[in-house]
Amino acid sequence: MKKVVLSVTLAALLAACSSTPTKTEAPAKVDEVKVAPKPPAKAETPPPPAAPQAIAPAKPLPEAKVDDSAFPPKGQGGALGQRSIYYAFDVFAVTDEYKPVAEAHAGFLAKHAKAKVTLQGNCDERGSREYNLALGQRRADGVKSLMTLSGASGDQIEVVSFGKEKPAAQGHDEESWAKNRRTDIVYSGE
Amino acid sequence: MQTNTVLSRLLAAVLLPLCLLLCLAAPARAELSLEFSTEGVRQIPIAVLPFAQEDQLGGPLTAVVAADLQRSGFFKPVDTAGVTPLPSDPKQINMADWRARKAEHVLVGSVARLPGGQYEIKFHLVDGATGAVRVALSWTIASSLARATAHRIADVVYENILGERGVFSTKIAYIVRSGGRYGLKVADADAYNEQTVLASKEPIISPRWSPDGTRMAYVTFELKRPVVVVQNLATGNRRIVAKFRGNNSAPAWSPDGHQLAVTLSKDGIAQIYIIDADGSETPRRLMSTHAIDTEPCFAPDGRSILFTSDRGGSPQIYRVPVEGGNAVRLTFSGNYNVSPRFSPDGRKMVYVQQAGPAFRVVLQDLDSGQTQTLTDTTLDESPSFSPNGRMILYATRSGGRGTLALVSADGRVRQKFTTQAGDVYEPAWGPLP
Repeated sequence: MKKVVLSVTLAALLAACSSTPTKTEAPAKVDEVKVAPKPPAKAETPPPPAAPQAIAPAKPLPEAKVDDSAFPPKGQGGALGQRSIYYAFDVFAVTDEYKPVAEAHAGFLAKHAKAKVTLQGNCDERGSREYNLALGQRRADGVKSLMTLSGASGDQIEVVSFGKEKPAAQGHDEESWAKNRRTDIVYSGE
Repeated sequence: MQTNTVLSRLLAAVLLPLCLLLCLAAPARAELSLEFSTEGVRQIPIAVLPFAQEDQLGGPLTAVVAADLQRSGFFKPVDTAGVTPLPSDPKQINMADWRARKAEHVLVGSVARLPGGQYEIKFHLVDGATGAVRVALSWTIASSLARATAHRIADVVYENILGERGVFSTKIAYIVRSGGRYGLKVADADAYNEQTVLASKEPIISPRWSPDGTRMAYVTFELKRPVVVVQNLATGNRRIVAKFRGNNSAPAWSPDGHQLAVTLSKDGIAQIYIIDADGSETPRRLMSTHAIDTEPCFAPDGRSILFTSDRGGSPQIYRVPVEGGNAVRLTFSGNYNVSPRFSPDGRKMVYVQQAGPAFRVVLQDLDSGQTQTLTDTTLDESPSFSPNGRMILYATRSGGRGTLALVSADGRVRQKFTTQAGDVYEPAWGPLP
């Protein structure tokens, strides 16, 4: 087992945002080519390096509009004060422990036709980002089904997944992972 | 008044230049360490001699060639110190010098400034045993292309000696998360020349190069939910190609660059659809299941698609014809197999498998079904092949940070990138130039 360490400097990750795009150079030309009498591989002429590709920063996308509405007080009033439903690894069904939370918010939505929520599905950091995005969707969808069965209108509920991209806890252990496998209930205007 | 004058003179004479010096010297550079190791690989000794007058290029040339070759794991640069004068042409080479140093190949060359301000780079690759010239090339370049030229020289040497394409001139894309901000970056394969494709306060995932390398598809959360965007890299122009109800994600280019496979949840659970790469046509649903189907990857021949599905109760990898129809399950070991990617020849795939607490990169032969775990890291993600099929680039965690790593398809050569700033993840290897 051989191990070698090279240290190289990189024009910084930190300063990348302020860097300007490289200007495109005119393409270089081949001047003269001689290939050995017995080339071991194929005898194609390797071209000289091309000018580096110019990379322009992204142009903005149109922004989404948000409208304000009603919401219950956070952190008080039992199940209605709770805003998160938690899960085990690779599980998307709402357990009995958290059904009252979904039902309480469904009741609020049924009484307040103007109120709107977004259900944000989240996962822990392990495994595939894309599979977790789909799993987060499934978690939030499960909460939506429960809420519509409990009297909320489907029109009041938006569902989105953040996969593992927006962890609530930043650690890399089961304690943090448990906090990150969740569906957040976010009221419009809250 | 006088005090003021003295002060301002002091400011002008000492403090300002000092500030400028500090500003120039201190920021804008971070350390990126590149570590590699090999096991049981014969490293071909090669003497990469400094090219005559290469200093006038204003940046390193042959040092980059040597670093590229060494980093590949297949070459060992031979010490060139003590040979004076250093030859720059095959006729000047004293073969005994290099036989004594056991160099199997010798690379010599020269740099000459041309009247128009360009440079002529001449180089020869010489067989260390016989003195036969294997390659003789001459290129005219702008001095700004010194690094690109070095990578191209390394490609020529690599291909001439090993008989397969080198990937030193390719680019990689990846995401950097630092201080609550996200950046989609593109850099040379050796992590130099990093450039920002997109800077955002919201997450970005799944960057995918178009087959010709001019466009990048990715998933952005800028609109508060995932949508698929295709960005023209030269102009920065962006087009939203999938913004349906729910999640829009997991773009994968068809080999001809005309279509994308994407995962949409517009009809309920996450399913795979085929859309036009410009987002114009109505999405065509590939299959209809009541399970998660995601992470599509086109076969290099465009005729089938690999994907992840939990239709069997746990996430596993399947293959389906591009027209849809019956999907065949390909993974049977373990309860969590995700993120499949084809090899460039379409005969193998890599993916991530959970084994106990660890998530590791596995290589599977698609004909025999034989598998090999390639990594010994624990939270691996997003593996993909180099364009020559030799290496696999993936994301993992190291020293408490998200970082990128490379492993050869035979598991014997390893490289690891580490950075002092932020987390780096979601790597994607660009096509051959």
